[in-house]
Amino acid sequence: MSDRSGEHLIALAGNPNCGKTTLFNAITGARQHVGNYPGITVEKKEGFYQLNGLQLRLVDLPGTYSLTAYSLEELVARDFLVQERPRVVINIVDASNLERNLYLTLQIMELGIPLVVALNMMDVAAGRGMEIDVEELARRLRVPFVPMVARTGKGKSGLLEAAAELAERNPSWEPLYISYGPDIDPVLDDMESEIKAAGFLTGLFPARWTALKYLEGDEQIIKKGSEANSQLSMHLEALAADVTEHLRVTLDSYPEAIIADHRYGFIAALLKGGVVKRTQKADRLYLSDQLDRVLTHRFFGPVIMMFILYLVYQFTFKYSELPVSWLGTGFAALGSFMESVLPPGPVKSLIVSGIIDGVGGIIGFVPLIVFMFLSIALLEDTGYLARVAYMLDRVFRTFGLHGSSVMAYIISGGIAGGCAVPGVMATRTLRSPKERLATLLTAPFMNCGAKLPVFAMLIAAYFPDKHARIMFLLTLLSWTAALLLAKLIRSTILRGPSTPFLLELPPYRLPTFKGLLIHTWERTWQYIRKAGTIILAISILFWALMAFPGLSESDRRTFDEKKQSLLAQFPEDMKQAALSKDAPTPPKDAPENDATAHLAQVREQLQAIDREAAQMSLKSSFAGRIGTALESLSRWSGFDWRTNVALLSGFAAKELIISTLGTAYSLGESKRGQDIPLGDRLAADPRWNPLRAFALIVFIMLYAPCFATVTCIIKEAGSWKWGLFSMTFNTTIAFLMATLVYQGGRWLGLGT
Amino acid sequence: MNTVPLRRMSAGQKGIISRVSAGGELGRRIRDMGLVPGTPLQIQGRAPLKDPVAIRVRDFTLTLRNNEADLIQVEVEDEESHEGRNT
Repeated sequence: MSDRSGEHLIALAGNPNCGKTTLFNAITGARQHVGNYPGITVEKKEGFYQLNGLQLRLVDLPGTYSLTAYSLEELVARDFLVQERPRVVINIVDASNLERNLYLTLQIMELGIPLVVALNMMDVAAGRGMEIDVEELARRLRVPFVPMVARTGKGKSGLLEAAAELAERNPSWEPLYISYGPDIDPVLDDMESEIKAAGFLTGLFPARWTALKYLEGDEQIIKKGSEANSQLSMHLEALAADVTEHLRVTLDSYPEAIIADHRYGFIAALLKGGVVKRTQKADRLYLSDQLDRVLTHRFFGPVIMMFILYLVYQFTFKYSELPVSWLGTGFAALGSFMESVLPPGPVKSLIVSGIIDGVGGIIGFVPLIVFMFLSIALLEDTGYLARVAYMLDRVFRTFGLHGSSVMAYIISGGIAGGCAVPGVMATRTLRSPKERLATLLTAPFMNCGAKLPVFAMLIAAYFPDKHARIMFLLTLLSWTAALLLAKLIRSTILRGPSTPFLLELPPYRLPTFKGLLIHTWERTWQYIRKAGTIILAISILFWALMAFPGLSESDRRTFDEKKQSLLAQFPEDMKQAALSKDAPTPPKDAPENDATAHLAQVREQLQAIDREAAQMSLKSSFAGRIGTALESLSRWSGFDWRTNVALLSGFAAKELIISTLGTAYSLGESKRGQDIPLGDRLAADPRWNPLRAFALIVFIMLYAPCFATVTCIIKEAGSWKWGLFSMTFNTTIAFLMATLVYQGGRWLGLGT
Repeated sequence: MNTVPLRRMSAGQKGIISRVSAGGELGRRIRDMGLVPGTPLQIQGRAPLKDPVAIRVRDFTLTLRNNEADLIQVEVEDEESHEGRNT
C-alpha cells in the first residue's frame, strides 16, 4: 500500500484534545479529503504533503485514549494500523498531559509500527512549569521525539522530516516489550511461543500482542483467531480463563486491570529520574481552572450557559438570515426567468417546480449549516462544549440521553425556529452511540423554522389573541414530547445501560481561525455533496406526485371552454390584457369607466377558473389520490383530503403545507408569507374549528421530518432503516396524539 | 488512613486511588483514563446538579457520573468524616 508511486502512507494517532486535528490542518492545509470509513459514520480525513520529491499521504485517525475494541473510534484506528500497515505512525502527545497520552503510545509501540512522537503543546507544558528532557525520553523509549507547538506550526517541518526519514528507511516492525508481572508474564510467554509455533495470525499481529488480547478478552481478536485456527484459539481462551480465575481468587482483580497497572507503571518509570521536572506545585489552579470556577459554578454556570446557548442560536439563525434570503431571492428570480422563457408544459413545470425549487431547497440550508458548524466548532475548540455536557448530563441522563444532546435540540428548534438538518448533524459531537442515535431521532420533534409559519397561520386564524401564549405552550410541548419519546426509544429499541460518561474537560483554548474555517467548510461541503443528490431526487419525485397525472382531457377542455366563452366578448387586444398575469394599472387620474371595471371583473372570473382547475388537478394527482384514500383513517384526527395532501407535501418541506393547503382550497398559489387569506378562509370554513386546528398543529409538530432531515438521519445514523423508522414512528405518534386531542376534545364538547 | 468511595469525597479533597472495582467497558474506560490504584487525585468540583463529579488526575480534568465514581475506592489523607454527603 505504502509504495504506490513513491508515496508513503503515514497515520496520525493521538488522544482526543491533543491537537491532532490542528496539526493535521497545519500540515495539509486545504489539501484534504473528508470521507467516512466504509459502512460506518466515523470520519476519515486524508491529506497530502510534498517533501523533497516524496509524496506523503497522511490519514488522521479518530482521536482515542486506547486501542481496545470498545468504541467504534478505537476499532477504526486499530484496524487501520493493522490492515493498512502505514509506513510510519505520527503519534501526537500532549506534553502537558504526558502520562495519559503515553498510554496510547505504548499500545502503538506494542504493535511494533515505526513511530515518531510529536510532543505537542510544549508551550502549555512550559507555562505549567514542566521541564521535559526530550532527548532522555527519546533515548529511553527508543523512538524519535519532536517537540512542537502545532497551533503555531513550530516544529512541524522537523516532524515531517523525521517521519519521512523513517518512512524511507522502512524499518521492520519491532514490538515493544513490557513486563506484566509474575501473574501474567509466564502465561503470556507460553501463549506467545504457542502462537509463534503455529503461525497463528502472525501475518497480522505480533505474537505477544495477540496473546495480550486473549488475556484482555478482546472480542474482535478472539473472533478472528477462532476463524483462523479454532483449536488453538480455544486453547488460548482456556489459558486466559485460568489466569482470570487465578487473579480473581488471589487478588480480586482482572487481567485487564493488571495489564493497565503495569502499563502505567512502565510510564511512571519512564518519566522518573528527572525526565519531567516540575517547578510549580502540581495542584496549582491555572487560568482554565479559575475560569471553570465561574463557568461551571452552581448558580452562575447554568445562567451563563443559557446565555451562551442563546447566543449560538441567535448567531446561527440571525446571521444566516440575510444570505438565506439572498439565495431565496436568487432562486425565485431564476425560477421566474425560466418560467418566462420556457414553453408551458411538463418540462417547464419539472424545471421550475421540481429542479429549481429542489436545488434551491438544498442550497437554501447552506448558510444555516455554515453558521451552525462554525458556532459548534467554536464551542468545541474552546472546550466549552464539554462543560455544557458536564452541567446538563444529570438532566438528560434521566431520559436516556447525554449532556451533549442539548446542542442538537436547541439547533433543531428547541428555542422555536431552528432547523433539524443542522440539528441532526450536530449530534456528531456525541460519542456515545445509543445516546447519539436517540438524540438525532428525537431532535426533529422540535419546532423548526419551517413549521412556525404554519403554526402562525393557524394560531392567527383560531387563537388570534393568544399568539404568544400558544407559541410558548408549543415550545414546551415539543420539549416534553422529544424527551419522553427519547426515554421511550431508549427503553425499547435502543434499550441498554448508558455508555460510560468519563468525559475529559480539556483546558480552555483559543481556537485557530484556520481550524475553524477548515472544520466548517469540510462539513458543509459534505452536506452539499451527499445530501444534495438525494434531496434533489426526492423533490423531483414529489413534484411528480403533485403534478401527475394532471387533469383529464375532458376536464381540461371544460375549463378551456369556460374561459373562452368569457373571453369571446372582448376584441383580440383586450383578450391579452385579460389573460395577462399582472393587472393593468390605469393612470391614477383616469376616470373609472365601465369598460375597465368589466375587464377587472372578467379577469377575476378567469383566475377563479384557473384556481378551480388547479384544485381539481391537485385532487386528481397521485398525491391527491393518496390524500383522499387516507381520509378514512385521518378523519379520526379531523383531517380531510385537503389537509392530507398538504401534510404529504410537508414531507418535501414543511413550509409547503401552507401553499398546498391554499391550492387545495382553490386560493391560487399563495407565496410564502402571504398566508393571511388562507387563514381567513379557514377561519370562515364551517368544517374548521379551533379544536381541529390544534389537532393539526400537534400533528405537524410530531409527524415525519422533512426529507432533507430524513436524509441527514440516514447519513448520520449510518443506515436507511433509521430514516424509515423516523418517518413511520414519528407519523404514528403524531397520528395518535392528534387523534387523542381531536377525539378527546370532542368528547369534552369542544370544537363544535 | 481512611478509604471512601470517590462519590463521598468533598470538593478540594485529595486522595490516592486504592481500588477500581469496575469490569467490562466501564472498567476499561476508567483505566484507560489513568485511574489505576496508586494514582493521586483531587476533587475539583461538582456539576450544578451535584452529578457528575470533576476530578483532577494526572495533569488533566476528568468528569464522571456518581454511579461511576461509586466503583472507585480512594484512600483519603485526613480523618475527617465525609459520610452522608451527596448520596
